[in-house]
Amino acid sequence: MPDPAMLLDVAGLHATIDSKEILKGVDMRIPHGEIHALMGPNGSGKSTLAYALTGHPKYQITAGSATLKGTDLLPLTADLRAQLGVFLSFQHPTAIPGVTMVNFLRAAMRSQGKELSAREFLTRLTYEMAELKMDESFRSRYINDGFSGGEKKRAEILQMALLQPQLAILDEPDSGLDVDALRIVADGVRRAVEGSAGKMGVLLITHYNRILEYLRPDTVHIFSAGRVVASGGPSLAKEIEAMGYEGLLGEVAPVSASA
Amino acid sequence: MVTKTDPLSRDYKYGFHDQDVSVFRTEKGLSRKVVTAISQHKGEPEWMLEFRLKALGHFPKRPMPAWGADLSDINFDDIYYYVKPVDEQLNSWDDVPLSIKNTFDRLGIPEAERKFLAGVSAQYDSEVVYHSIHADLEKRGVIFSDCDTGLRLHSDIFRKYFGTIIPPNDNKFASLNSAVWSGGSFVYVPKGVHVEIPLQAYFRINSDNMGQFERTLIIAEEGSYVHYIEGCTAPTYSSNALHAAVVEIIAHKGAHVRYTTIQNWSDNVYNLVTKRAVAYEDATVEWIDGNLGSKVTMKYPAIYLMGERAHGEVLSAAFANSGQHQDAGSKCIHVAPHTTSNVVSRSISKGSGRTSYRGHIKVLPAAYDVKVNVRCDALLLDEESQSDTYPYMDIDNPDVTIGHEASVSKVGEDQLFYLRSRGISEQDATALIVNGFFEPFAKELPMEYAVELNRLLALSMEGAVG
Ligand SMILES: Nc1ncnc2c1ncn2[C@@H]1O[C@H](COP(=O)(O)OP(=O)(O)OP(=O)(O)O)[C@@H](O)[C@H]1O
Ligand SMILES: [Mg+2]
Repeated sequence: MPDPAMLLDVAGLHATIDSKEILKGVDMRIPHGEIHALMGPNGSGKSTLAYALTGHPKYQITAGSATLKGTDLLPLTADLRAQLGVFLSFQHPTAIPGVTMVNFLRAAMRSQGKELSAREFLTRLTYEMAELKMDESFRSRYINDGFSGGEKKRAEILQMALLQPQLAILDEPDSGLDVDALRIVADGVRRAVEGSAGKMGVLLITHYNRILEYLRPDTVHIFSAGRVVASGGPSLAKEIEAMGYEGLLGEVAPVSASA
Repeated sequence: MVTKTDPLSRDYKYGFHDQDVSVFRTEKGLSRKVVTAISQHKGEPEWMLEFRLKALGHFPKRPMPAWGADLSDINFDDIYYYVKPVDEQLNSWDDVPLSIKNTFDRLGIPEAERKFLAGVSAQYDSEVVYHSIHADLEKRGVIFSDCDTGLRLHSDIFRKYFGTIIPPNDNKFASLNSAVWSGGSFVYVPKGVHVEIPLQAYFRINSDNMGQFERTLIIAEEGSYVHYIEGCTAPTYSSNALHAAVVEIIAHKGAHVRYTTIQNWSDNVYNLVTKRAVAYEDATVEWIDGNLGSKVTMKYPAIYLMGERAHGEVLSAAFANSGQHQDAGSKCIHVAPHTTSNVVSRSISKGSGRTSYRGHIKVLPAAYDVKVNVRCDALLLDEESQSDTYPYMDIDNPDVTIGHEASVSKVGEDQLFYLRSRGISEQDATALIVNGFFEPFAKELPMEYAVELNRLLALSMEGAVG
């Protein structure tokens, strides 16, 4: 039974893409206000889990359940899940030429019933962009079009800050960032959690311990071959850094090899 | 993708129909009698009647174009070629009949007038009923009037240029227009005069089964600048309406003419327009051409680059909804050395809609050091949508640099997902992507036209995806 007190409750989740099974029984529970890190080898299915939870139409769920505060996410399309408060910061954000950030952000907020007057919106936007040290010119840039790797990550965090989700799934928000940018992004996440009065949960997918030092996750999950194979405290991340996945888990097979 | 076709016509925004206030109309069909009646009714000089009758003679001899869209449904005998809505040309808004005012109100004309004091000239059916021009422009010698007035009041200039760029035997629809033309705009900009504010005209077809055959003539003297804008919309009717316009532009040495049009005909209109410009030494001509709506559009704005260093731009956007065929493109003829042309075309097909790009680049033997750039991109919204490209190149000089790029793509699944993951519905996400695709075009438009384009696109997108 899904636990309605739990922010996110994933049980026995299986998902396939092009009839190839990638997720093979994912179990994960994130209480309100907690930050959970998800680590695991390349190709183990972390991004797939993120997509499956946010409703990417390319992925078919073949078994299991996923609920947000007791509401079944699986029958809902991506936009409805977002309206419920699920947010995904993409590992590789998509460029959409011709659509300006400012138009997009307003459309997104409107769709989630969070529309502000033009003036309030601009004030908010200016504030959040300043916090993330983003130049104002990004407002009129096209979505992710020609953004550098680090700029894309900041733009994702900007969206999270404006949309104030219940659950933020952050897929490698730290990859490709310089040290200063890493701190800015981590601060952005922490601000969002604190601003939510301890209600927002975070699923933070990462390969590096560094961002975890800033964000101090409550739990670290290790993902391997489409499943969570170990969960523990922050020390788990340090062990991975020291020993590698192979050292920690023994022979680690990526999903592609075990399919 | 799943398609639920919901043609624009169902909620066509301007598909209302005012009480017909015509005061004079010719009988249906085309004949010497009809053409003579038009000319006499307008009190035209003899040479114009002769011009019309000669054109009428060409009309049956010119073949229907067999290479483009399907025109077989046009019944030339079932069309009113001339309808005059009010008795006389009005100079003040207060004099405009209420039913016409209502129409204009819905089209936003009075506002446009307030905003753009430079000049508003709106065509209602065949005759311009309302027209104003800023006194300052008049003082500087700028003429902005309907074409009939141009003929009446400025006959010397008018006669010197009229029909010289597009002769009456050019093609079947140019012949037809030349025989029965009425209304349209006449613009004359004297040497060295820069008209800073765009000159705007608003066209609209209102009577069932009447054609609209306006004629626009723009002359920019040496070193002058003018931007002319025209928007079109027509109410929805059960039978097919025909729009066959002719636009001629003459850009003299060093002149710069920009012609912007957004056409949004209702989906039963045949929109067959001949547009051609000549650009002399160091002159620039730009066609900014947006085509939404209509049943069939065939339109290929042309630029003849006659003098050295002349430059031509054709920037076009087309949206074909279910049942519509937008056959559009451009023609750039490089006659002189050091001439350059740039063609950018963006088209979107939705449902069973079809867009075709037909481009012709010609470089004559004397034209060396020529640069040509052509880029056309098509976006398909549904599985059954269609787009095709017909680029023709006739290059008779080896000293030519040509860039040509073309692409056809579908709305990207990843782009859609990205937007939807922010809460935006599939329909709104598609509309955003569509607007973004037209952005290179929209950003060339004055603000309120860009806004209008976005709204029209959003309307056309309703029910796009299920
Ligand atoms: N369309 C597809 N067809 C087949 N396999 C696919 C398809 N898309 C993704 N995969 C595979 O799914 C597996 C999981 O990919 P996923 O992106 O979820 O990994 P990841 O854990 O996020 O890796 P990384 O750490 O490199 O980001 C990979 O082996 C990938 O090749
Ligand atoms: Mg990944």
